Amino acid sequence: MNNIFVYLEIEDGIVGDVSLELLTKGRSLAKQLNCKLEALAAGDKLDSVGEQVFPYGVDVLHLAEDKRLTPYTSLPHTSLVVNLFKEEKPQIALMGATSIGRDLGPRVSSALFSGLTADCTSLEIGTYEDKKAGKVYENLLYQIRPAFGGNIVATIVNPDCRPQMATVREGVMKKEILDPKFVGETRKLEVSKYVPDTDFVVEVIERHMEKSKLNIKSAPIIVSGGYGVGSAENFKLLYELAATLGAEVGASRAAVDAGFVEHERQIGQTGTTVRPKLYIACGISGQIQHIAGMQESAMIIAINSDPEAPINQIADYVITGTIEDVLPKMIKFYKKNSK
Amino acid sequence: MSFNIVVLAKQVPDTRNVGKDAMKADGTVNRAALPAIYNPEDLNALEQALRLKSKIEGATVHILTMGPARAAEIIRESMYRGADGGYLLSGREFAGSDTLATSYALACAIRKIGKVDLIVCGRQAIDGDTAQVGPQVAEKLGLAQITYAEEILDLSDNKITVKRRLERGIEVVKGSLPILVTVNGSAANCRPRHAKLTMKYKHAATPSEKQEAGNDYTDLYDAHPYLNITEWGVNDIEHDIQWLGLSGSPTKVKQIESVVFTAKESKRLTASDSEIESLMIELIANHTIG
Repeated sequence: MNNIFVYLEIEDGIVGDVSLELLTKGRSLAKQLNCKLEALAAGDKLDSVGEQVFPYGVDVLHLAEDKRLTPYTSLPHTSLVVNLFKEEKPQIALMGATSIGRDLGPRVSSALFSGLTADCTSLEIGTYEDKKAGKVYENLLYQIRPAFGGNIVATIVNPDCRPQMATVREGVMKKEILDPKFVGETRKLEVSKYVPDTDFVVEVIERHMEKSKLNIKSAPIIVSGGYGVGSAENFKLLYELAATLGAEVGASRAAVDAGFVEHERQIGQTGTTVRPKLYIACGISGQIQHIAGMQESAMIIAINSDPEAPINQIADYVITGTIEDVLPKMIKFYKKNSK
Repeated sequence: MSFNIVVLAKQVPDTRNVGKDAMKADGTVNRAALPAIYNPEDLNALEQALRLKSKIEGATVHILTMGPARAAEIIRESMYRGADGGYLLSGREFAGSDTLATSYALACAIRKIGKVDLIVCGRQAIDGDTAQVGPQVAEKLGLAQITYAEEILDLSDNKITVKRRLERGIEVVKGSLPILVTVNGSAANCRPRHAKLTMKYKHAATPSEKQEAGNDYTDLYDAHPYLNITEWGVNDIEHDIQWLGLSGSPTKVKQIESVVFTAKESKRLTASDSEIESLMIELIANHTIG
């Protein structure tokens, strides 16, 4: 009762990074609230889920093993979560802001009449005073998220309804093992008790999932391009510099929208959040929505022909010049001096 | 046979092109500085609906939107593009709604519309980016849902087949009607239809708009009933007031801050050979690269 629940996303028996990141966050919130951290896994091939998640400090793992629950479909997973939550009455429920979490979360919140905040970038515990009602709420979950295209940051609370639900994108929270030897309790759920047969109305008839080849999130160096790069052709310069430095190529939303690079490379509030040791921003003006996704980089180099580009304010080095001029020089002088 | 499609759409401030004057000094949004547009993914949804309309005999497409009086604009725009008409749900009782209160109101309106075979809507609106209203409406109506749709591939024998675009791939799913489908931005754009439609529906209006205009066009609307856009207030839908507006919204905004980044002290370099070379030497020396 009154614990924190994380819904685990599982593909081929492997728990997704986004879920492990949420467990890490959930663990620290649970410590602050002095409650337990619980996780729910649904699907088949769940044998190794325990060993995957216990090191993150999961006190109770609920396993709903049933072939019909893989791949994910909306109604059965909703019933499972809703009915389990009715029993367990968690105070907080966290899900990935993925195509699964954003399909499941709203349905669950609607069924339970509990508030859900999408795409949170930060979760904290705090107090809320409802001045009109003259009530003070302690230990609420602050669900902090950007709004209006990233121009404002809003702190949302759910004073009266439980669970307080939030989704978080992959890569926003850090994943960190609590204790490799930690083992919590496993509880097997009888699926038919939670999910009526009538829920299996949508049938997945074809499925092609690729393991992401890109790993922008954990790349130590990122060479990122914006609309100012000008073309997909010019992006080749970025790939060249990236290959030279052992870096990954990223992009701003403007560059992705313009079709210069694929969506998977997008960095920012609507893409991936990154924290590399070096971020080289090429032709990126620095819209808030982009900066929010890379500002924690240890070092930022901004290359821009516009000396007044907003991104320059947060850069450690500002190079005023064109991509065509600067990038080949960086490659040349890196090769010359690196041995 | 009739086949009724309802498209849920929203008029939104264009948050993609936010200028300097879009934020007020106190950190709140200056809505007046942002143009109101048809939410982009709702247009993708409309396109899917219109494609079905052209394939299925007797199919109709109606827009349902909740918003202020001016939101009738997007209903008209939908009619220019080929929709048959629409419903505007408007009133101060709906103000302050979060996604749950919004979906409750929309669900009540859909019940009032009556027989609906398919509901389509954009995956999310650009002013909130929550992607919640679609699934919540489905839940409230007890319908199944297919989210992240890229294309409706087939509709026959009371079954719908949909291709979904997910982060790491695609999925083709089949569900039974009635059902709610949310459409991704990666779906086909809503292509402009025949200019004749714009002429035909130019004078389409809600009762409030007709009143505002003050002109007596009664004859026009009597002769052409398709020009009437339905407008519903809270009393036109069957509802429980506690689930509407602020009281129906479990989430509360505690605080809003405008985003300010702390400026760093930057080193300014030119693109000269010597400056780039010394930068690269420095980065190698401090093990940032290499």
